[in-house]
Amino acid sequence: MTDTPLNMVEADQTLVTRLRAWWSGETANPAKRVQFDRPLTPWLFLLPQLAVVVIFFYWPSVQAVTSSFYLEDPFGFGATFVGMENYADALNSSEYLGTAAFTAFFCVVVTTLALGIGLLMAVKADKVIRGAESYKTLLISVYAIAPPVAGLIGMMFFDMHMGPLKDLAAFFGYDLKVGINYWDTATALIVIAVWKQIPYNFIFFLSGLQSVPVSVREAALIDAQSGWRRFWDITLPLLAPTAFFLLVINITYTMFDTFPIIDVIVKDKPANNPMTLVYKVYLDGFKGNDIGGSSAQSVILMGVVALLTVLQFRFLERRVHYG
Amino acid sequence: MAELTLKSVGKTYAGGVDAVTDVNIDIKDGEFIVLVGPSGCGKSTLLRMVAGLETVTRGDVHIGGRRVNDLDPAERDIAMVFQNYALYPHMSVRDNMAYGLKNRGESKAVIEERVAEAARMLELGQYLDRKPRALSGGQRQRVAMGRAIVRQPKAFLFDEPLSNLDAKLRVSMRMEIRKLQQRLGTTSLYVTHDQLEAMTLADRLVVLNGGRVEQIGAPLEVYRKPASTFVASFIGAPAMSLLDAQIEGGQLLLAGQALAGVGIAPGPVTLGLRAEDLRIVANGLRMRVEYVEELGAQRIVHGMVGDQAVAVIDQHDTPLGPDVRIAVDPTRLHLFDARSGRRMETRLHRVAEPAQ
Repeated sequence: MTDTPLNMVEADQTLVTRLRAWWSGETANPAKRVQFDRPLTPWLFLLPQLAVVVIFFYWPSVQAVTSSFYLEDPFGFGATFVGMENYADALNSSEYLGTAAFTAFFCVVVTTLALGIGLLMAVKADKVIRGAESYKTLLISVYAIAPPVAGLIGMMFFDMHMGPLKDLAAFFGYDLKVGINYWDTATALIVIAVWKQIPYNFIFFLSGLQSVPVSVREAALIDAQSGWRRFWDITLPLLAPTAFFLLVINITYTMFDTFPIIDVIVKDKPANNPMTLVYKVYLDGFKGNDIGGSSAQSVILMGVVALLTVLQFRFLERRVHYG
Repeated sequence: MAELTLKSVGKTYAGGVDAVTDVNIDIKDGEFIVLVGPSGCGKSTLLRMVAGLETVTRGDVHIGGRRVNDLDPAERDIAMVFQNYALYPHMSVRDNMAYGLKNRGESKAVIEERVAEAARMLELGQYLDRKPRALSGGQRQRVAMGRAIVRQPKAFLFDEPLSNLDAKLRVSMRMEIRKLQQRLGTTSLYVTHDQLEAMTLADRLVVLNGGRVEQIGAPLEVYRKPASTFVASFIGAPAMSLLDAQIEGGQLLLAGQALAGVGIAPGPVTLGLRAEDLRIVANGLRMRVEYVEELGAQRIVHGMVGDQAVAVIDQHDTPLGPDVRIAVDPTRLHLFDARSGRRMETRLHRVAEPAQ
C-alpha cells in the first residue's frame, strides 16, 4: 500500500527491533492505522472466510482438474494417467454434445421466459393500487419453495397417471408422456424451472421499477402518450442494471440450480431424457462411476461458464446505464 | 399560447381529504400566474390537475378553450418543469429536450432547429452531448427549462423549479425565467411557497390557503390590500404585525390609545401594521424594544406594544432606548374582521387630537 513505514524507521535499528516494531504496529502509517494495531489481526478475522473459499471452492476445483487427467478404477483401487483422453472422449461423444445442445437451448428458453414473465408481472403489479401488498406477496411466495419441492409439485402436475396437465393435454388430443417422450420431458422441465425462477426476477424487477423516480415517470407521461413507448424509452433503460444482474443470475440458475428439478423429473425414468450438463456430470461420476470423465466434463463446464460471464460483462454491461 | 381557465375546480383524495376546494381562476393568454401558499395548501395539487397528473374531482379545466379534464397529460399541449428536474438520466441533454418532440412526430429538421434554438437561449450549447449526471444543479434546471421550451406548448407549468438551487442561483434563475417567459409570451402557471419569488415573478398572484383561494391580484395590489389576515401575514417580509384592537365611539383604539377615526360599528377588530409604514417619532404609541435586526440599509426593530408584538422598519442608526414612540399614517392602517379575518374596507382619518 505504502512504502513510507521503512523510511520512517531509523537506519541503525537492528532487524529484531524492526520486527518487534512491525509486530506491535508502531511503524504503520498512523493515518491509515484506524482499526487494527497489529498487522496480523485483520488476517485473523479474514481466516474463516478464506478457509471456506479454499476448502469448498479452490480445493475441489484443483481436484477436478487433476482427476480429469486420470482414468480411475470404479472401486477406488487405482488411477492411470491418460492425459487429455477424458476430454477427447467427452467432446467426441454424440451423447455429450446432445446434452450440451439441450443445455444451451434450455438456458436460452428458461432465461428468456423467466425474465420476460417476471418483468411483465412486475410492471403490472407496479400499477396495482388496491390490494397491492397481498398481490405482491402471492407472487413472491413461490420463491420460498425449495427447488426439489418445486420439482416434486411439478412432477405431480405432469404425472402420467394422475397429473392434471396430462388430462389437459389429453383433452386437446395430445398424449403427454413426461419421462418417456424427450420433448414432453423437456417441456415439463422448462415449465417448472421458469415457474420457480419468476418470483426471484419479479422481486428484483419490482424494486427496480419502484426506484425509477416518480417525477421522471411523470415527465415521460407529459412527453409521450403511448404507455408502450414510455416503457421502452424510459423505464426499460432505467431497469437495465437490474436486468443485466438478473441475466447473469438466471443463466447461472438454469445451468446449475435446476439440478434438483431435473433430478426429480428424470431420476429412475427410462433413458434418453433431456438433462443439462451439470446433471450429466453427476450421472456419469456418481452413477456411472467414471470419475475421470465426469471431472473432465465439469472442467469444460467451468470454462464455458467463465467464458459466458466474461462475454456478458464485456459486451452487455457496456450498454447498461447505472443511474 | 392560450388562455387557461379553472372553473370551480376541486380535488378530493380517496379517504375523503379535500385538497382543493372550489378554485376559479381565469388566466389570460401570455400571463404569468404564481400560485403561492404554505406547504399543504393545495397549490401543487392544483398545478398537477392542470398537467393531468392528478384527476380532477370536481369542476373543469380548460386550456385554450378546450376542456382537458379527460385528456392524457401528453394530449394537453403543456410542458412542465419539475422541482427535482426529472431529467431522463440515460439520455443526453439533446435527447432529453428532443424526446417529447420525437413522440409527437416532428421532423428531424424541426427538432434539431428547436433544440439548437433552446440551447442557444439557455447557453447549453456546449453541454448538448452530456448526460444529466455530468451537469451542475443550475445546468440541470436549464435543461429542464429547455425541455419545456422546445415543445412550444400552450402553457408552461412550473412546480417549485428553483427550490433545489442555492440562494444566489435562485435569484439569477428567477430573473432568467421571467425574461424567458416575457420573450416567449407563453402562458405560465408557477407554484412556489416562497413569497418573494411569487412577488417578483407574477403578473398576478393566487394566494392559496387550505385548498381555497384567499386572494387573486397583482403583487402590489395583494401587498397593499391583503384580503385577509392570512394573506397579510404570508405576503411581505417582515410579516405584517397583526394586533387585537377595539373600535369605540368611532375611534380605533390600540392599547388604550386612539389611532384613527373610523366609521365602523364598535367591537373588536384585527389591526394590521406594515413594518415600513411605522415611524419612530418623539410623540406616539409607546413600544418596548425587544431586539433589533441590523440589515445595513435599514434596521428592523421588534418590540411590544402593550402585550402584542410589532415590527418597525427604521432607516436611522441612532442608538435606541428601552422604549420608543411609534406613529403611523391612519390611511396606511389595515383593518380585518376579528372573527373571519376578512379585510374591512373603511375610510380612516386622523383623529382630532393625536394620542400622547
